[in-house]
Amino acid sequence: MTALARRSPAGVAGVVVLAVLAVVAVLSYLGLLPYDPVAQHPPSRFLGPSGAHLFGTDQFGRDVFSRVAAGVGNSALVAVVAVAFATVVGTLGGLVAGFYRGVADNAIGGVTNVLFAFPPLLLALSLASVLARGWFTVAVAIAIVYVPIFIRVTRGPVLSLREIEYVRAAVATGQSRFQIMVRHVLPNIASIVVIQVALSLSWAVLTEASLSFLGLGTPPPAPSLGSMIFEARSLVFVAPWTLIAPGAVVVLLVVGLNLLGDGLRDTLDPRNRGRQ
Amino acid sequence: MRGIVGNRVVRRVASTLGTLFGVAVLVFVMLRAIPGNQITAGLGTEAAGLAPAQLQALERYYGLDQPLITQFFSWLGNLFTGNLGYSARNQQSVLELTLHSLPVTAELAVLSIVLALVIGVPLGTLSASRAGSPRDALGQLVSLAGLSIPSFLLATTLLSVFAASFGFNPNGRGFATLAEDPLLNLQQMVLPALVLGFGIAAPILRTTRAAVLEVRSEDFVRTARAKGVPERRLQVRHVLGNALVPIVTMTGLQFGYLLGGAVVVEQIFSVPGIGRQVLLGIQQKEYAVVQSTVLVIALAFVLVNLLTDAIYRLVDPRVGAS
Repeated sequence: MTALARRSPAGVAGVVVLAVLAVVAVLSYLGLLPYDPVAQHPPSRFLGPSGAHLFGTDQFGRDVFSRVAAGVGNSALVAVVAVAFATVVGTLGGLVAGFYRGVADNAIGGVTNVLFAFPPLLLALSLASVLARGWFTVAVAIAIVYVPIFIRVTRGPVLSLREIEYVRAAVATGQSRFQIMVRHVLPNIASIVVIQVALSLSWAVLTEASLSFLGLGTPPPAPSLGSMIFEARSLVFVAPWTLIAPGAVVVLLVVGLNLLGDGLRDTLDPRNRGRQ
Repeated sequence: MRGIVGNRVVRRVASTLGTLFGVAVLVFVMLRAIPGNQITAGLGTEAAGLAPAQLQALERYYGLDQPLITQFFSWLGNLFTGNLGYSARNQQSVLELTLHSLPVTAELAVLSIVLALVIGVPLGTLSASRAGSPRDALGQLVSLAGLSIPSFLLATTLLSVFAASFGFNPNGRGFATLAEDPLLNLQQMVLPALVLGFGIAAPILRTTRAAVLEVRSEDFVRTARAKGVPERRLQVRHVLGNALVPIVTMTGLQFGYLLGGAVVVEQIFSVPGIGRQVLLGIQQKEYAVVQSTVLVIALAFVLVNLLTDAIYRLVDPRVGAS
């Protein structure tokens, strides 16, 4: 954190933005929002932003602030679960492929190539459409798209680590391959994985929002930033806040993640050390 | 030497074919994972009223009574003869649909890439020309915006603002292909290409900036400067020329992404491209359409990547030699 502050002020700005949004997400999980995000209240439809309704109300009289907050909670949940899954499976795959080589490497490489043969959004879309609707299946679809990326970014460094003296020395002392992988190889690829996690989170948020916008994400009435923007399309001139609020928040969320990712890359990536 | 090159090409082609076979298996398995089949999808709830004998007849008709492996190979065999299936809803074969939609997406992709290069390469070069300066900050800001603003948000906003404020909504009318009405077609393509181009400009800008910074610190640039090569010529010919390889790779990659990734923007602007064909197939539960179209897109994507590879071998002779 101090290293991040020293090397990348923009990264710190990202952390601040994310911290604020994280508080909002946690409030939504705890049910501490000013209004129920799905409760309809027709008499108070299309109210402009005010003290009572910070971001106004929508066509059903629902409080836009509470809906946006719940949407942030939903986006964060999907993105974190998806990226966590992709990180664990992908890093493990990359470790095994790079360290064991041979049959395992070929098999994992084959699967990776097949998944890389699809444009990412199309793959997420197809997977989301065959799985049952729900936030979890959206997370699974996004995770499957991201597994090969984690495999690819970890396998290369593992391949070169394998030939380094201290790893060879560990082999010579008779440690098991699993021990070597966990103790000597994994810590050395940790920074690469961390950077990829931050960058993947931003893409996961964007994909979840795109899928909900297309009607393939988290099903209504559960609030999702993408579907809120979809519903607000026709209301732009009646109630612009219904578009501006979720739009601004999704951009803020992705900007925060991108700033953090870039900051981490500048700070942690050994290739950037010694550069300004 | 020739033998080695030939061998590498053969190996590359063989591995590509293997990948495509894997893609076909994945697409097939994916659509078999959905509850229901062509019969229930076509008839909806009425399917429940079918007598066992009718169901059997329909299953035989669609080949669903065959083992999965037989179904897979007969689907694959049909693909090779150009039979991609039939869309009952459109009363057209999937091949015909694809022959109409693929060129539309290809045109959109080319326009978007051109816009992205026009924005990304000069701004990236400008950013790199004085790292840490205000102009660098501007470049970083543009790329951050491009990476962070979702295409559907930008598209929705542009569409409503242009329609309401300037009465400009060419996409509200029926779509015209480039051959039918070039002027209307280009008007209809402007906003979608702008949205997609802005998004792709970001990775191109970043790649350009990084590559230019890298090349500028090389010895041959210092030598050229010492020899008195004019600054402009130095920047364009020596620096940008050598920074081309990663830029070409990134451009090729992004072009490939556009083949399927334009789906959201195509949907918003009612551009009848191939991404929208998949989406409509999903919405109308026409799995034959989805299955074959996804496969066509994956094929195109793999071919674009192969082509990118070939191009950067041309741009950078070192890649072929090493």
